[in-house]
Amino acid sequence: MTADTVTPAPSAAAAAPPPPGPASSRRAVRTMRRRPSLTDSDRSIVSDADRRQPRVRRAMAGVHVFLAVTLVLAGLGPLLWLAKAAVTPTQDTLRQPFALWPNGIDWANLSTAWNDIHIDQYFFNTIVIAAGAWAFQLLVATTGAYTLSVLRPRYARVLNGLVLATLFIPSVVLLVPLYLTIVDPPFLGRDHSLLNNYLAVWLPMAANAFNILLVKRFFDGLPREVIEAAQTDGAGPFRLFWSIILPMSRPILGVVSVFAIIAAWKDFLWPLLVLPDPAVQPLSVRLPAVQSQTELDVFLAALAIATIIPIAMFLIFQRVFLRSAGLGGAVKG
Amino acid sequence: MTTTSPAAPPERAARRRGTPATWLRSGGLSRLAFALPMILVFLVFSWTPIVRSVVMSFQETNLLTPATWVGIDNFVAVLNDPLLGTAVRNTLYFAALALVMGFPIPILMAVLMSEVRRGKGVYSALAYLPVVVPPVVAVLLWKVFYDASPSGVFNTVLGAVGISPQPWLQSPDTAMPSLVIEATWAAAGGSIIIYLAALLSVPPELYDAAEVDGASIWRKAWHVTLPQLRNVIFVMLILQILATAQIFLEPFLFTGGGPNNATVTVLLLIYRYAFQNSLGGNYGMATALSVMLAMFLAVLSWVYFRLTNRWSTS
Repeated sequence: MTADTVTPAPSAAAAAPPPPGPASSRRAVRTMRRRPSLTDSDRSIVSDADRRQPRVRRAMAGVHVFLAVTLVLAGLGPLLWLAKAAVTPTQDTLRQPFALWPNGIDWANLSTAWNDIHIDQYFFNTIVIAAGAWAFQLLVATTGAYTLSVLRPRYARVLNGLVLATLFIPSVVLLVPLYLTIVDPPFLGRDHSLLNNYLAVWLPMAANAFNILLVKRFFDGLPREVIEAAQTDGAGPFRLFWSIILPMSRPILGVVSVFAIIAAWKDFLWPLLVLPDPAVQPLSVRLPAVQSQTELDVFLAALAIATIIPIAMFLIFQRVFLRSAGLGGAVKG
Repeated sequence: MTTTSPAAPPERAARRRGTPATWLRSGGLSRLAFALPMILVFLVFSWTPIVRSVVMSFQETNLLTPATWVGIDNFVAVLNDPLLGTAVRNTLYFAALALVMGFPIPILMAVLMSEVRRGKGVYSALAYLPVVVPPVVAVLLWKVFYDASPSGVFNTVLGAVGISPQPWLQSPDTAMPSLVIEATWAAAGGSIIIYLAALLSVPPELYDAAEVDGASIWRKAWHVTLPQLRNVIFVMLILQILATAQIFLEPFLFTGGGPNNATVTVLLLIYRYAFQNSLGGNYGMATALSVMLAMFLAVLSWVYFRLTNRWSTS
């Protein structure tokens, strides 16, 4: 039996439990056309009949202008300014913040930031942290959800309750005891403190009940017949997990991946506490630390470099991002 | 497990007898292998620290000698700290400002965005961009924007419309509102996307029915759209309150709690107790305050959900 014969891709897509969030990007609308219930979402407060009135049409044009101006100013404005300021000499930025390069472009800011204040190294640290956090979160979320949703041992109910209960605990409660756990890890002792070890960031991030809830809900919605057919054909738990469940779960794995990488990229307080050595710190921790000893133009160039990867990821995986954001709300709601 | 599959009955019987041998033969070990990563990380990095937090709030802990029980001394010390009142007031002020300024904007934007027929994708992407900017970068960038000199970025904009330069982060009066403006900018996009998703699930028949009854656009928005969003709004409201009660990044990076303690928040105080103490970390006081904050938030959410449940069903 090969996995391909029992993995009907379309049914997997149809099994995606909650509907994808907003019909935002054009591409999203196009791919969703297969699901008719979501395509007639054009129906909203202002009806077609309303839109035929000249007064309403003018008002809608006004709404368009308002949205375009506000969103470009608020969403794009600060980033464009940052991009400009990253290649502008300090004095120009300070004296005329909105002038476009009155004294020429200073490309050297970028290379100075990259080489002299070691943004390259912190950039690399950030990528390592994000990659490890992604791998551990995916491992724990998929195996955990598989246990709770498909294998269901006798202790699954208790386990499920204990995991979900952590969702209701504000993370501030964890701060100090978790820090002491890293300083003095169980089984290892103080001589093997995890300070300055990336495991100190990766492992606590993997204890994420929200991921497990998301993936479990998705697994719950997978067609049981496929799972049972595979079991009848003699697939063991590992084979079922690797060849049947995971290939059917690509949409939710994409969502969890986006959450994991973005969260790791954003994290500040925790890496600040457990990675005291500057050589292993990520960008988010280093940027505030180097601010006072860095000239403004170089510092702004460093900020711009730190923003490029998340923005690029967003532009490439826009659909996954926006669906994740909507999905986050759907689960919370 | 697979209650309907033909393979299931013997296996279930085996599991009911429950000797170690039958447990092994029915695949108990491989089930445990899959559960193990989750159990281990939650045990070490979630369940134990949660319990330890409560225990530590009644102890004096330093990293050199074993912890000693001190009863409620930590709680008394926290409650006697003159800064606590300031921190609580500042946190409430931040939460209130964030509600007034930040809460209605995403709802309004999402409703407007759901009305336009073209450019929705571009608008959502633009609205979400600030959320993608790493928070630390956002705060550091806004710190530059908030430059208090007349040629600062925001003061230049204000000057163009004839408003005198503002001190922004430099003055105790304007520091907190400045923090809230940045926090609102950073978070609005995420809320907009969530409201947009909720707006998609409003049943179209409701609008048709309202139109048959001759409802105007405003009445449809007020009597159909908003009531349909009610549950999402309730949840977003409590989530925002929980988030603002734990605000840390903005005061920590923008002002460090200043000027004149005007932006010291509860979480900043916890951080100072534990990690910025010249006498070594006072972990007891830090956990005592965390536990008090968590209890307060738990009670608040419980009351809130009781109330909103009653409103939703009535």
